[in-house]
Amino acid sequence: MFASYMLHTWIMASILAMATGILGYFVILWRSVFAAHALPLAAFPGAAAAPLLGISPLWGLFFFSGLGVLFLRLFSLLGRKDIAMGLLLTTFLALGGLLLSMGQEYSAAVFSLLFGEILGISGRSFLPMVLIALLVLLLVLANFRSLLLQSVSPALAAAAGISRSRLDWLVLALLALVTAGALPIVGTLLTFTLLVSPAASAQRLCSHPFWSLVLSVFLAETMTWLSIAMAFWTNWPPGFFVGTLGAVLFLLSHLTARFRSGLRPSADTAGRPGLSSDPA
Amino acid sequence: MSSPTSSSAMEEQNAPHLLEVAGLQVQIGGRSVLEELDFHLDTGQLCALIGENGAGKTTLLRAILGLQPVRQGRIRIHGKPASEERGQMGYVPQKIAFDPNLPIRTRDLVELGLRGSHFGFRGFFGNTSAAVAAALAAVDGEGFADQRIGRLSGGQQQRAVIAHALVRRPRLLLLDEPLANLDFRSTNTLVQMLGRLVREEKITVLVTAHDMNPLLPFLDRLVYLAHGRAAVGDVHTVVQDAVLSRLYGYPVTVLHHQGRILVLPEDPRRGMETACPGHTETDHGETGS
Repeated sequence: MFASYMLHTWIMASILAMATGILGYFVILWRSVFAAHALPLAAFPGAAAAPLLGISPLWGLFFFSGLGVLFLRLFSLLGRKDIAMGLLLTTFLALGGLLLSMGQEYSAAVFSLLFGEILGISGRSFLPMVLIALLVLLLVLANFRSLLLQSVSPALAAAAGISRSRLDWLVLALLALVTAGALPIVGTLLTFTLLVSPAASAQRLCSHPFWSLVLSVFLAETMTWLSIAMAFWTNWPPGFFVGTLGAVLFLLSHLTARFRSGLRPSADTAGRPGLSSDPA
Repeated sequence: MSSPTSSSAMEEQNAPHLLEVAGLQVQIGGRSVLEELDFHLDTGQLCALIGENGAGKTTLLRAILGLQPVRQGRIRIHGKPASEERGQMGYVPQKIAFDPNLPIRTRDLVELGLRGSHFGFRGFFGNTSAAVAAALAAVDGEGFADQRIGRLSGGQQQRAVIAHALVRRPRLLLLDEPLANLDFRSTNTLVQMLGRLVREEKITVLVTAHDMNPLLPFLDRLVYLAHGRAAVGDVHTVVQDAVLSRLYGYPVTVLHHQGRILVLPEDPRRGMETACPGHTETDHGETGS
């Protein structure tokens, strides 16, 4: 399992898990789960188009996930973004399908784009993912307090002189980068799981802002490592384990939090928000 | 359009006022929200900003904070433009309601007030506990310091945000509708707390409210907003039939009962008794000015 040909897999998966664990933390806080779901789909045609143009898939992914970010921002300015974005995504997916059908190895390529090929990672995709992960780590930690205050209350953040649109662009741009980097490794569908499940679980389990970020990374790593190990032993696709473990983790964290608050009834039932009628 | 008392005080500029608003005009979407607003506050005063919905109370607070572009006029803090003195101000927005799942405890929110906008890695684990503890103590928040903010009651969330605003030791504290949605007991607790901040910490507090009554025990000044104009002064000079009728452009009556104040529109029945047809017109003529 730790043979040399598996070494790339372990390292890449660890780096990817760190990046998604950190970024996912703010995806959850900002209620940007929709964007985390949308961008991998938007990037899909990029990977499909790359072999036709004879370029590295990464460039195609960057281009289309960047395009996805622009559309997300554009539609959110228009107000209701769900309809337009939903249509755009299926269009992108259809475009990806068309581009794939023009290529040679149809079914294998589709499978790896949707579910990743984590066990067959080459050293080529190594450097971009490392750079992306470093960028995520630096930019998120450097803006940690502003991002946190913005997620607690936009009004308080504005009063503290924090620019909302700058942070919006930052999170979306990093999301696009991570998506492009992650897609060849875990695929379109599972990038979403890695972004959402560990962070959401960590925030349920831990009340401290910084330690729940650390926990989010730890859970993302654990989830990824377990998936690879189980895929290696069973010879089943790793994507199956990533997806399933993601859902199980989230469920477990909810049950744990519920159980703990049951032990201390005063903590949860005493304070119920009295003003919480509007969800914004 | 300003006040019975403040205009003379405006002229003499010996020491700069803590807050000075002069000739302020604000338009939002081409509609004039504030026109020619003048008032000032000094250190250790509690001032209520009273007005109906849409009178421009929040707009005025946002203008003072530099979040709302100003068409004309100036806002100064200690004689310097308020936009440069944002660090001197603490702000408590209206309708606070936090997501119950935010992984943030009360003390974390307070601490973000200290360094929320800091860029960079400085003091990730720095020791800020003394300032945070002091701010929590000022709002009696020690009891819920380690609970998630989203799980607190409405009154507790409000006190948490006030601690967040106080932790940088501002000279001017702006609160937007802090008394809305509070029960009687929480209202009283909050008013006592604001009074203590004003009297003991010498912080100047500007509070917007629909109802001035809960604030009366500590109220030093009143800015009464209607139709973009304001009457400014202490309670007794502003809250009078003639002053408020002129401000509203409609006859109003001020009732006093056991130290409470009630501002009511002119009793419509009075118009009916005197002249039944077209009574609104005669109402204006009789008591309007």
